[in-house]
Amino acid sequence: MTQMLPLTLTDVVVRRRGKRIIGPVTHRLEQGPPTIVIGPNGSGKTTLLRVIHGIERISTGQVNWTHDAPDQQAFVFQNPIVLRRTVAENLAYPLRLAGVDKAEIISRVTTWLARIGLDALANTAATRLSGGERQKLAIARALIRTPQVLFLDEPCANLDGHTTREIEALLSETATAGTRLIMATHNMGQARRLAGDVIFMLNGKIHESGAANYIMNTPQTSELKSFFQGDIVT
Amino acid sequence: MNDILQGLSAAFWLVVSLDSELIDISLRSLRVTLTALVISCIIAVPLGAYLAVQRFRYRRLVIAGINALMGLPPVVVGLVVYLLLSRSGPFGVFGLLFTPTAMIIAQVIIITPLIASIAHQAIRELWAEYHDLLISLNTTKWQRIKTLIWDGRRNLLTAALAGFGRAIGEVGAIMIVGGNIDNVTRVLTTAIALETGKGDFALALGLGFVLIGLSMIVSITIHSLSRTEREGRW
Ligand SMILES: Nc1ncnc2c1ncn2[C@@H]1O[C@H](COP(=O)(O)OP(=O)(O)O)[C@@H](O)[C@H]1O
Ligand SMILES: [Mg+2]
Repeated sequence: MTQMLPLTLTDVVVRRRGKRIIGPVTHRLEQGPPTIVIGPNGSGKTTLLRVIHGIERISTGQVNWTHDAPDQQAFVFQNPIVLRRTVAENLAYPLRLAGVDKAEIISRVTTWLARIGLDALANTAATRLSGGERQKLAIARALIRTPQVLFLDEPCANLDGHTTREIEALLSETATAGTRLIMATHNMGQARRLAGDVIFMLNGKIHESGAANYIMNTPQTSELKSFFQGDIVT
Repeated sequence: MNDILQGLSAAFWLVVSLDSELIDISLRSLRVTLTALVISCIIAVPLGAYLAVQRFRYRRLVIAGINALMGLPPVVVGLVVYLLLSRSGPFGVFGLLFTPTAMIIAQVIIITPLIASIAHQAIRELWAEYHDLLISLNTTKWQRIKTLIWDGRRNLLTAALAGFGRAIGEVGAIMIVGGNIDNVTRVLTTAIALETGKGDFALALGLGFVLIGLSMIVSITIHSLSRTEREGRW
């Protein structure tokens, strides 16, 4: 398996209807522990993740993977998208797309159902799941092809503490197993628990970034300092 | 009032005596309409899906065209098909005029736009829901269309039902291209028109009730197929 990372973004700008949504962004992502993207609402976190994943058209600039492999990436959206199928079929779907053989599909789906605690709901329509169950399903479905890079957009927004803890545990294991996580979050505690490094977005730009233990303790810019204190940053 | 009662009793006797002519006519009605329905669905459903998924230059124009074709007066369709299939017409050599095939062709032309339009609407909504996920999973156009058709099958069944209703009750076009020939192209609707013309209201009404009963049975059957469909094993 060829390494996709490092990844470089060079002067990336996204414009929509004449308005600059993000950029210019220049950044380099190495193989390593999770990158957590933080920043106020509307600062461009979602757009940045989508750009890196390759599902958002960029207006100028470049995104360069060392080795670009779309099927080695997966994205978990803020509002989990579930297919109008059973829970098990949702998990099987990416494997079917990839032409994985039937026995292998059954074995992987069974493993993942158990791992996210939804085995009893395997044959239930996924649209009937609760918010937390849907999010776990979406994460498992993203991980079922063992991607090299996993993007998550505020995966625990609106979830209760118990489910958040389950998801964080799953994400830690995933990162330890070698999947590169790039995750936007609003939850500073979560950022602290998972982050290897942090990107602080403000007004569509990377305002500050660096190793988590450094940046979280000694933010260099006044805006990040205020953001950590819970002030309104603009 | 008397006519209606007589019609009811005529219908009753026609049915309980298993009148062989009635059965012939009814089966012919079903055969023509169901054949037309299957052909129309094979054309209209993928077309509707394609129009939802694929952006191209004149897409809006094509959709507007299909919506306009929905309002095509059946009699005019009949006339045009007649001219095309008549001895001196471009397809005259096939000798299809006044055959069930001609009736099927007319019905396909009448209901395909209707089914395509409803199917397009349903699939467009599903596409809006699935869009980001299917793009993220790097699906091919064909995989997207397959997924949308499969997961939207309940709404597509409704589209088919609307097409069936329109086709089974159609009289103008199939009268022109079929000729209402006894034992060949006579179906329930054209038989009703004929008996009404002859002044045999009881028989006409009887046939009418059979027609209503038949279309209700088909509707309920199709509907219950989609309703009772279990969530199923995967
Ligand atoms: N397709 C779009 N068209 C126009 N504006 C957009 C579009 N997508 C996002 N935006 C705007 O871009 C800004 C950044 O959005 P987003 O990346 O969602 O921020 P965040 O995820 O940090 O809240 C917001 O002001 C948002 O309204
Ligand atoms: Mg966002």
